[in-house]
Amino acid sequence: MNRLARGVTVGVGVALAVALVVALLELPAAAIHLPGTVAQHLAQSGVEHPVTAVLLNFRGWDTLLEVAVLLLALLTLLTLSGGQAAVAAVEADPLLQGLARKALPLIILMAGYLLWAGAHRPGGAFQAGAVLAAGAVLLQLAGLLPAWAAPGRLLRLGLTLGFLVFLAVAAALLGQGALLQYPPASAGGLILLIEAGLTLSLGLILAGLFLFVTGRRA
Amino acid sequence: MSTGLLYALAGVVLFALGAAGVIVLAHLLRKILAFNVMGSGAFLVLVGLAQRTGVPDPVPQAMVLTGIVVAVAATALALGLARAWHARTGRGTLTEGEDRD
Repeated sequence: MNRLARGVTVGVGVALAVALVVALLELPAAAIHLPGTVAQHLAQSGVEHPVTAVLLNFRGWDTLLEVAVLLLALLTLLTLSGGQAAVAAVEADPLLQGLARKALPLIILMAGYLLWAGAHRPGGAFQAGAVLAAGAVLLQLAGLLPAWAAPGRLLRLGLTLGFLVFLAVAAALLGQGALLQYPPASAGGLILLIEAGLTLSLGLILAGLFLFVTGRRA
Repeated sequence: MSTGLLYALAGVVLFALGAAGVIVLAHLLRKILAFNVMGSGAFLVLVGLAQRTGVPDPVPQAMVLTGIVVAVAATALALGLARAWHARTGRGTLTEGEDRD
């Protein structure tokens, strides 16, 4: 890209920033009051935390599709790398290995806590899954866990379990008239079931985004 | 000016910075990073605007939570594509002759 085109692009970027800042400053107040609506329906959502209620009850199908998107990204990555055998883990620092070994039980405990806490305070399947994935990446970097080769049957099941559980619940509830409309009495249990499946699958998917790719092809 | 609005304004600046970066920077890794800066800006706008009245709105927060995870997956996919491109052509950029960036 030559200097003129570069200058013009930077100029357009500055103009975009100024225009957006002006638009934000002039923004009228929201026409609908969503926090009020959420608070109003929170009692029948099955959970006490509004963000979890929105994620898994009021806008559950967004989350369902999101998990599908994550799976799709992982599948595409696997297609790209063509299922070559993984390279053995490199020899790593014993101090890092010791630390990773000590940290792992705490990481799993933390993920379990976050999953449970999602019902009444900030937390939930996404945070718990991210913590699990971070644990797997830490193990790989410490040389305790080899990079993953093409997934076997068990790993495939783990990767898709969250999505399948979510889909099964959605299909079972179709009789209610709307997609993912839980009966208020069993909403809490269903959300916990979905979140438990999601935690495992999201942890594996996010870890897979790193572990399936790392170590291959120097 | 509320703190929430300040966050949103910072997000807008990040978004424009990232958008210019995606176009100006030639190296694919830098483009992906710039794209992430853009995304972070959009998240900051959503979260900032959601609390500009003082009461946090859970709906945009849930959207951002969803968006962050999708952004991680999209970044991983983009990095995978860039790797495959590099393995196939030996280049870090899309057009030839711009490797110096």
